[in-house]
Amino acid sequence: MTSSLVQELTSLLGASNVLHQPEDLILYEYDGSVEKGRPDTVVFPRTTEEVSSTIRLAAKHQIPIVGRGAGTGLSGGALARTGGLMIVFARMNRILEIDIANRSAVVQPGVVNLDITRAVEHAGLYFAPDPSSQKSCTIGGNVAENAGGPHTLANGVTVNHITALEMVMPDGEIVRIGSKQGDSTGYDLCGLFVGSEGTLSLVTEITVKLTRKAEAIKTLLAIFDRVDDASHTVVDITARGITPAACEMVDGWTLRTIEDYIHAGFPRDSAAILLIELEGLTEAAEGQAVAIEDVCKLHHAREVRVAKDAKERELLWKGRKNAFGALGRLAPSNYVLDGVIPRSKLPIALQRIQEIGEKYGFSIGNIFHAGDGNLHPIVLYDPRDETALKKAITASEEIIRYCVELGGALTGEHGIGMEKSELMPLLFSDADLDLMKRVHDAFNPDSSLNPGKIFPANKGCGEIRIKGTHLSAGSSK
Amino acid sequence: MSATTSIGVRLENLLGTSRVILHDEELREYAVDGVMPGAIVQPTSAAEIVELVRFAASDGLSLIATGSRSKMDFGMPPARYDFAVDLRGLQQIAHYDAGDMTLSVDAGMPLRVLEKVLSEKQQFLPLAVPCYETSTVGGAVASGIDSVLRQQYGSVRDYLIGAEFIDGKGAFCKSGGRVVKNVSGYDLHKLLVGSLGTLGIITRLNFRTFPLPQVFGGFLAGFAEPREALVFRYSLENKGLPLANLELLNPEAVILTHRFLEKESQALPLDDEQGHWHVYASYEGSEALVQRISRELEELAREKDAIQGGELFSAVDAHLGGVLREAFDWLRWCAPSVALFRISLPQVSSADISRLQEIAAAAGLRSALFMRAACTIYFAVLAEQEHLSSIDALSKIAEEVFTIVDAKQGSAILLHAPQTLKQRMNVWGARRLDFPMMERVKCAFDPKNIFSPGRFVGGL
Repeated sequence: MTSSLVQELTSLLGASNVLHQPEDLILYEYDGSVEKGRPDTVVFPRTTEEVSSTIRLAAKHQIPIVGRGAGTGLSGGALARTGGLMIVFARMNRILEIDIANRSAVVQPGVVNLDITRAVEHAGLYFAPDPSSQKSCTIGGNVAENAGGPHTLANGVTVNHITALEMVMPDGEIVRIGSKQGDSTGYDLCGLFVGSEGTLSLVTEITVKLTRKAEAIKTLLAIFDRVDDASHTVVDITARGITPAACEMVDGWTLRTIEDYIHAGFPRDSAAILLIELEGLTEAAEGQAVAIEDVCKLHHAREVRVAKDAKERELLWKGRKNAFGALGRLAPSNYVLDGVIPRSKLPIALQRIQEIGEKYGFSIGNIFHAGDGNLHPIVLYDPRDETALKKAITASEEIIRYCVELGGALTGEHGIGMEKSELMPLLFSDADLDLMKRVHDAFNPDSSLNPGKIFPANKGCGEIRIKGTHLSAGSSK
Repeated sequence: MSATTSIGVRLENLLGTSRVILHDEELREYAVDGVMPGAIVQPTSAAEIVELVRFAASDGLSLIATGSRSKMDFGMPPARYDFAVDLRGLQQIAHYDAGDMTLSVDAGMPLRVLEKVLSEKQQFLPLAVPCYETSTVGGAVASGIDSVLRQQYGSVRDYLIGAEFIDGKGAFCKSGGRVVKNVSGYDLHKLLVGSLGTLGIITRLNFRTFPLPQVFGGFLAGFAEPREALVFRYSLENKGLPLANLELLNPEAVILTHRFLEKESQALPLDDEQGHWHVYASYEGSEALVQRISRELEELAREKDAIQGGELFSAVDAHLGGVLREAFDWLRWCAPSVALFRISLPQVSSADISRLQEIAAAAGLRSALFMRAACTIYFAVLAEQEHLSSIDALSKIAEEVFTIVDAKQGSAILLHAPQTLKQRMNVWGARRLDFPMMERVKCAFDPKNIFSPGRFVGGL
């Protein structure tokens, strides 16, 4: 990157908001995935206008740009695949407006997901999408990836809770789409931009819908001696038309690791547990709890415990949401996969994942959103062993291919990013990708925003038409 | 050989003579705001539609996809309309996994037929849209018309999980999938909702399905003043009661609803003579849940001094619910000239409602108002004549409505208006600042502007 650009950025944003020394940039070459990509410069704007001016400068110098929130992403979406300028939104972290009567809030992209809930919970409201990283991930990243979480089964993913966006386009233009109340005239632009992984625009202001806390919450822990029984229980719950607020599954190998670390109350001798939450009016939650207990017992659940108070409930969820941290005790790193299958295929999918793990010599744990068929197999590996990493990636591709074969999808909530761009043809035809590319080019014609993401390089869709160190797709693998 | 004949002959070469209609009488039935197509084609597969679109794209022809044609008065008159593509020949259920609660169905499938298939598995799709008896799945999605069950189930974008369609280059495309959670690639199918067929021809849609409720309940409460009715309505929402439908009706809406119930010789739960405002709520679920909601509604109605009200007998509720579902349809035709607005505001106050009514009253016109889920208002201004003076009055009213709604950062469209009114004004209101973004979307999907040109926002 030219020193003149660094000088111009420093002049625009101040020296404390620009990083360009190699030792400062190392932190930004990682996210939560196994990918890597180091930016040449990192900046921390504080206003939309600063974002716009920064983008104009980068455009003038023909430098690629990637946006980043907290860097907790799991598909390499916020990595600088081709180098260039990284815009980090950590310092645009203000909640600008809270409208309790209309159950909405306007926030900057750097606001941490859980902080929205903390700001409105006094009024009995919360922000529904709850990725496991919600204590640290930012809403801007959630919007870019259309993030999910355990409770999206009943409440929907991020796009269902966003009504308007302010964005900066690749030429620096500031635009607004959507409306506060959610309905706006014309095409559903929010529906397109949420989940576009920072490849069409950079979001600088977000209007979110807030959800009313349920009158009653019942949390059930169903304990099984066989994984197959647990997965058949999930299939049966779905088939009976019961939609819990959350339905999570943890296999025995994973729950023992969690239990050693968190002491959440998961029985160490079980083969699998289901953590099921029901929300709504008391009558609805209790009625569903009884029905689910019956289904669990029908499928040989050893025991179904109901959390007796909020403390017990929180402990169970602490076990679920801190699972990945717990796994860090077993290996230097883990590779969390993200695939989706039709829910009725859960039993055979889990069996196949196990077989793939054995084939490649990995113990693969499973802790995932069973209710919506969103699998998260976890492969433990040592990143210093390049052979192990390559094998982990090969195993993961085989799992994702199998998900697609079953009628599923490449990703349920982590996004395509760098990780799966080459797998896109498994799901999409040339015509599908061509249309996506035309939409991409309509907003990001020079691929200056987040180049090398989503589209497979061999389709020409990831072609970088501006400066930057070109890496062929998947080269980091 | 005339241009029209030439198109007809070439279409016949593509589909065969039996599925190309060229008779004026039938062509008139497919007219959109008085603009007639040169031909009607009746494809039975996506592959045939690919050929039709490629033909249109190569020859610079424009086409409009149709289903049951119950909502063809949406939008502006088409700038060009060479042929209609009737999708009712596409009626297959490509995939229905009741255990997985996912469905993949052709665009031409009538909602009523689909309902029967799903109900055999104790499931349903909450697409309870007006003109339900004839509407097709594709038309319901492309029109973007609200389902009357939106309060509980959200809008169709919330349960549409994928789509197959033909883009403006004649390529068969898909977006999303058949799983309930999916962030693979751009969510292009969301753009199709409410796009009025301007982005592509939808051939198949994927949905998540829902369990049929066991028990249904309905409640109606009357109030003397709009403020009291609104307070009651908002109190219901704030209690967090899971209501399937929640409607507020002004006195004129009550009179009209009463009239339609009478037509069906049904028991009349609405008192239309007192000039009361009414709030109607429907709800569903288990026996215990429905009883609980009924109880809460009765207590709240007492607390908020409802003049009249109570739980409805199930047969009465079903008929009232059906008449209200169809309100959009019968409002269009309940007076010689009707301007029917769909208005969405961040928060509706009684002053907003009064203001809307006053605008109509100042012109000496009656107005029926229904406020529904997400503070959406259906506001119909009724003119008893088709005279120029009525159109003048409706035009002036429309301008005022758009101005008021813009000032409140809401959105408004004229869902239905006499053709003479459309000649004077744009039913979509003024172009919004995000219009250039929409132009880019349109151009990416339909670079030659062959799909329903001119009908959508800003002339797209």
